Amino acid sequence: MEATMVKEEWTEEILPRRSLLDLRLREVWRYRDLLVMFVKRDFVATYKQTILGPLWNFVQPILTTIMFLVVFSKIAGIGTEGVNKIAFYLSSITIWNYFSSCLTGTSNTFVANAGIFGKVYFPRLILPLSVCLSNVIKFGVQFGLLLLIMLVLTIKGEHFHFGTSWLLIPLLILIMAGLGLGCGIIISSLTTKYRDFAVLVTFGVQLLMYATPVAYPLSFIMQKSSHAWLFNANPLSPVVEAFRYALFQSPQQHFHFNTLWYSVGFMLVTLIIGSMLFNKVERSFMDTV
Amino acid sequence: MSTVIKVENLSKQYRLGEVGTGSLVHDLNTWWHSIRGKENPYLKIGETNDRTVKGNSDYVWALEDIGFEVKQGEVLGIIGRNGAGKSTLLKILSKTTAPTTGSIKVKGRIASLLEVGTGFHPDLSGRDNIFLNGAILGMTKQEIKSKFDEIVDFSGVERYIDTPVKRYSSGMYVRLAFAVAAHLEPEILIVDEVLAVGDAEFQKKCLGKMKDVSVNDGRTVLFVSHNMQAISSLCNSGLLLGNGKLVFNGNVDSAISKYIDFGKGENKKEWEGNIGDELLSFKSMKVYQEEVNGEDFYNHKSTFVEVSYTIHEKKEGLIILFLIYSQMDNLLSMSQIDDYFEDDYSYADVGNHIVKIQVPPNTLTQGSFNFVIQTGVYNSKIISETKISVSYLNVSGLGKKYILSKGAENIFRPHWKWEKKESYAK
Repeated sequence: MEATMVKEEWTEEILPRRSLLDLRLREVWRYRDLLVMFVKRDFVATYKQTILGPLWNFVQPILTTIMFLVVFSKIAGIGTEGVNKIAFYLSSITIWNYFSSCLTGTSNTFVANAGIFGKVYFPRLILPLSVCLSNVIKFGVQFGLLLLIMLVLTIKGEHFHFGTSWLLIPLLILIMAGLGLGCGIIISSLTTKYRDFAVLVTFGVQLLMYATPVAYPLSFIMQKSSHAWLFNANPLSPVVEAFRYALFQSPQQHFHFNTLWYSVGFMLVTLIIGSMLFNKVERSFMDTV
Repeated sequence: MSTVIKVENLSKQYRLGEVGTGSLVHDLNTWWHSIRGKENPYLKIGETNDRTVKGNSDYVWALEDIGFEVKQGEVLGIIGRNGAGKSTLLKILSKTTAPTTGSIKVKGRIASLLEVGTGFHPDLSGRDNIFLNGAILGMTKQEIKSKFDEIVDFSGVERYIDTPVKRYSSGMYVRLAFAVAAHLEPEILIVDEVLAVGDAEFQKKCLGKMKDVSVNDGRTVLFVSHNMQAISSLCNSGLLLGNGKLVFNGNVDSAISKYIDFGKGENKKEWEGNIGDELLSFKSMKVYQEEVNGEDFYNHKSTFVEVSYTIHEKKEGLIILFLIYSQMDNLLSMSQIDDYFEDDYSYADVGNHIVKIQVPPNTLTQGSFNFVIQTGVYNSKIISETKISVSYLNVSGLGKKYILSKGAENIFRPHWKWEKKESYAK
């Protein structure tokens, strides 16, 4: 009898290493329902047993706006390129909050979820992705607040631009998500073994905010500071500037669209490096976490 | 039957000790070797993982060069002592950690009952948790939807399904969690009894589900347990691991007897040492029979267990227990020192004591047993526990004439009285 070679059809092969660029995005797609469930979980868990629920997201931007009004506008006397001050600060805080919550949320992916990760396998990338998605909801709520305030200001006689430039906003959110996710997964990969970076993130994000034109326009820094290069090198600067430009289109705003390409490029680089690191670490982080 | 799991040359190395600057130096060294295309220098220096011996290296092999195959529908029992590598093997199989070398090839979806309730969020309702947990375990929303009623029905918590699970009793919580896992229908099911939580009824349910899955659906099951009775009744093949190495792979009964033999060298008939605290120091334990030579004991003779201990401080409720376990680790009998010396409490006076316990002739049957002496304070703590394995030969006249080869499934072999009451011609 002739021996027939049966071709073995393995559905899965567990190996010590796999290619750094093998991100298994198809697997992530297969688990998309889990992504939605995580977003839902985060939403429910954050506002459990509260009466105001998501409205709590109003508090932080409002208080920060008041603080900026006092410190940067009244005391320091920094202008806002002809944009209404409240709208200027609130819009900056809204877009900045999205980035910072994506970064801090994704940067502890491994350490915070070691319990689940140690027991069951699912594509680990689902968790940081769910953080970015959950924060879109939070961003939406805060953006709603911004629109509400702008409406009130319009009634009071303030004039705002509303036009096709608003179409840029979703793209800016995507860039922010990419930057937050990219940096976040790099940090989370580095913190599995050495926790040093986790310490850095908490105050690093705060410091980063002052190195980004959030509380003041970029043009002010360009004129005044000798450290303007720092703001130019910061990939977040163009995004925040673009966000305000898209919203207000004030004649005094000077925004160069070309600078946005730098942010996109930076985002792609961090995402690629981040995915590679994440991919390497997720295989064995349970041994070192 | 086709092969559904194929494990080849599987090894897993762990680094012991703390993560700090020392490990950073090792990491950098590893990295430096890897960019020059050389082999990781630390992979060579791993030691066999024997937790009882102090080693020289910081690296140990939790699994070393394991290879086996599992056929479809096979129920494989994975056995071995603590630290033998069972859990590491399961972790690699369930992809929560990667092997250091080697490979595993799998056909079909693997799910394990060890993660019952993983990812349950206390603030979500039972309904949401079913979907969340199901999704974590790899089900799609559609799959869960189609089985939702079944899951709720199985769990028996229908009334609470829209209440946050933090309001559930622990029993309801486990039931719901198990219901989700039980409806997963994977091709390969992993059950780790060591990690299984819940009461006896729940564990029974787990085992029942396992049997159901393997016998009725022809699915493959990997079962890890220390309960040899469960292994021998559920599994049709066994895999014995010892210190990270594959010791035996094959028929389940042979695997179990190898497992029992494997541990024998560890135990002596005599134990000497010093375990204790500020109340008591346990010094020695010795099991012996008079006028007997060789390894085995004879069950028609008295067996003596002699223990010595020092009392540092007299304390109310200080007791000594003598326990006999079967080789499957089921508790067979218990005897307390205070049962015997009901009013005489002098065994707990400050000073040194030697106490002897007598196990009467014709008590235990042929086979291996574990004799355990525990000291402790009633209702508060166990101070010491020492174990000696003893094996008996049945040479008592009991079954001497017609020896039953498979007759050793009993526990006791008492010399009870048989009486000829009446005999008459037919």
